[in-house]
Amino acid sequence: MNWSWTVAADVLPLLLGGLVVTVEATIMGAAVAYVLGLFLAIMKRSQNRPLALTVYWMSEFIRRTPLLVQLYFLFYVLPDLGLFLSPLAAGVIGLGLHFSTYTSEVFRAGIDNVPKGQWEASRSLNYNPWQTWRYVILPQAIPPMIPPLANYLITMFKETPLLAAITVIELFNAANIYSNSYYKYLEPMTLVGLLFLLVSIPAAYLAMRLERKYTVRR
Amino acid sequence: MGQILEFTPLLIEGAWMTIKLTVVSAILALVISFVVGLSRLSRSRSVRVLATIYLEFFRGTSALVQMFFMFYVLPLLGLTLSPFTAGVIACGFNLGSYGSEVVRGAVQSVGKGQHEASTALNYTVYQRYRYVLIPQAVPMMIPPFGNLLIELMKLTAVTSLITIADLTFVAQIIRAQTAMTLEPFLLILVIYFLIASVLVGFTDFIARSIARKRHITLAGVRRS
Repeated sequence: MNWSWTVAADVLPLLLGGLVVTVEATIMGAAVAYVLGLFLAIMKRSQNRPLALTVYWMSEFIRRTPLLVQLYFLFYVLPDLGLFLSPLAAGVIGLGLHFSTYTSEVFRAGIDNVPKGQWEASRSLNYNPWQTWRYVILPQAIPPMIPPLANYLITMFKETPLLAAITVIELFNAANIYSNSYYKYLEPMTLVGLLFLLVSIPAAYLAMRLERKYTVRR
Repeated sequence: MGQILEFTPLLIEGAWMTIKLTVVSAILALVISFVVGLSRLSRSRSVRVLATIYLEFFRGTSALVQMFFMFYVLPLLGLTLSPFTAGVIACGFNLGSYGSEVVRGAVQSVGKGQHEASTALNYTVYQRYRYVLIPQAVPMMIPPFGNLLIELMKLTAVTSLITIADLTFVAQIIRAQTAMTLEPFLLILVIYFLIASVLVGFTDFIARSIARKRHITLAGVRRS
């Protein structure tokens, strides 16, 4: 089995089209994961014990079960319940929901790590809750959150091939469809691997730079 | 819902396959974690470079792509793997790369004085790692290893895409044969959750017994 440059040149445009979908799915999924994760973190910190516990166990359930099965669930079960989603929408929701349980831990830890004295100081300055969060807590809580949130972005990027299982034509599926129609596996799969490395290694390097920049040493 | 009871034997087989995949790949991943993690600390530059290439390759690409590569491309290069072997190798190699960073980080975080003490005692490199550094690093590895074990268990679901008859595959069979969707998928989600919870309990137990034996408190042990 020899490498054929003709096949590689033939499949590459398809792969680049798939890469665009992969990046779109990653960005939209990450947006869902960040927003939902913040809400989950706030609810886990709630004074209302039943609410906090329910949210905790719901996110543990999502965290301890495979993303692939959750995607199947969204893709096959929701239409039976009368809710029709496009494959990409189901994929974005699945990806976002799954990783929101991870990002919520980042948010929670970030907020918990702001020293207690800062809350007390804002109270003694007679700050209202908005001022406390806006001017005291968040400016201290957000910088240490940035590196782990960036790392989850990279993780989500690498999980997007699972969307192929629910018929989204992203990078991996584009290669798979080509492979199955022309019975050529070597070039498409190798190129997919290389394209992943091409994006994820520079991204990991950037995340490491962020980590150096934002790590707080106390 | 009653209809799904007919598939109980199949579901049990699927769950057993998921557990087998998890255990076998976890052992493989653990071995790789130590080999690659310690290689990254080697004095030989070429060993360090090789370990880093391995790490970046398996951490930088998607697990599904690695699995398909092993299952569909390696046979073309003359190496045919059974689905189970391809699944175990893909899961083990993938999580092994993450685990190697845990090993490296834990060993590096053992205090510098311990290195110096073993030099002062004229320990060989082997003795230094075997008797001084690794025993102190292991307790720190347990909580992150516990998280990776859950990730590994979840990754085995992906092996259903290379025709392994695990839980996810069985759910797809049930869906195809009965057109039920809610029941099979909800049921296997619960089974996955139960398996994961047993694994969480298992790592907590190990972390606690090490802590008790050595009279130390561990940072990051899950609250239960």
